[in-house]
Amino acid sequence: MEKQIIWRGILAGAIGGVFAFVFARIFAEPQIQRAIDYEEGRDHAQSALDQATGLAAAHEHADPFSRAVQGNIGLGIGLILFGVAMGALFAVAYALCLGRTGRVRPRTLALLVAGGGFLGIYLVPFLKYPANPPAIGHEDTIRERGTFFLLMVTASVLFLVLTGWLGRRLQPRFGTWNAALIAGGVFVAATAIVMLALPSFSETPDALTDTTGRIVFSGFPADVLSHFRLYSVGAQLILWGAIGLVFAPMAERLLSPGKPAAAVSV
Amino acid sequence: MSSMPHPTTAATPLVIPGSKAVLWLVGTALLAIAVYYFVGVDQGAWSVFGNDTHIHELVHDGRHFLGFPCH
Ligand SMILES: [Zn+2]
Repeated sequence: MEKQIIWRGILAGAIGGVFAFVFARIFAEPQIQRAIDYEEGRDHAQSALDQATGLAAAHEHADPFSRAVQGNIGLGIGLILFGVAMGALFAVAYALCLGRTGRVRPRTLALLVAGGGFLGIYLVPFLKYPANPPAIGHEDTIRERGTFFLLMVTASVLFLVLTGWLGRRLQPRFGTWNAALIAGGVFVAATAIVMLALPSFSETPDALTDTTGRIVFSGFPADVLSHFRLYSVGAQLILWGAIGLVFAPMAERLLSPGKPAAAVSV
Repeated sequence: MSSMPHPTTAATPLVIPGSKAVLWLVGTALLAIAVYYFVGVDQGAWSVFGNDTHIHELVHDGRHFLGFPCH
């Protein structure tokens, strides 16, 4: 049984990854290209300034892949692999939830677990450390930003699991509605405390000025940043929505009583 | 021990039993986390292949777009 669940989760994740890739290719790539153009223009302005003031110009580094490879094949590989990994994690979580969630239909449970994955792995960490296009973020803080981002993901997933457990514990005493409200409130409070405790990073480039304070290159374009973040949320919604909706009918066929034949096949 | 009330319908009656099932679930979770790590984190904040940046550069756009810190 667990094998059938895992393979179906991986398939749902791969399909979700393909959808997310198509969306990203159409909507995100132009924004990413604008961000990279900004970064290059700014680097040139910076070297011109450095040369004028007699400083050594920043070094250029060669990329092993062209922009065309990064924006098509690379983007596809990244999103589909991510979708497969999330589909696999989804399947593990789904298998662990089976029989522990009371009166929930298999397909409803699929949507609930997918929603949990979207919230815990992506959206809650995003609220503290939102997605950034290229050109935003200093190279020397990557270690800190990486560590605190993963810490935020770990905390939100952990809190979500504990919230589910707490809700189930409280349900007999308070009823489903109130138990869900209490557990949800505890999740929000615990998450808020962690978010307040972790450091913030504001590394969006300001306008570049010369020694007289005259602006020689603009700050990072706000529209590119806001569109990039909006599309980032959109892609994850598509990915997790597809995982839930593709897995739901398969789970229904696999687990529904009265159709035992389906459960033995594959 | 059993704080969970019994499911009242037969809709999802399966608690995954047995150590072999646990092995599959743990193995799948570990592999998935490894893929997550290589798509999102490796050759950025940490690197298991030293200074090589091929994975990072290949999945670069996806890494930014999926919300991972980069650069
Ligand atoms: Zn980057």
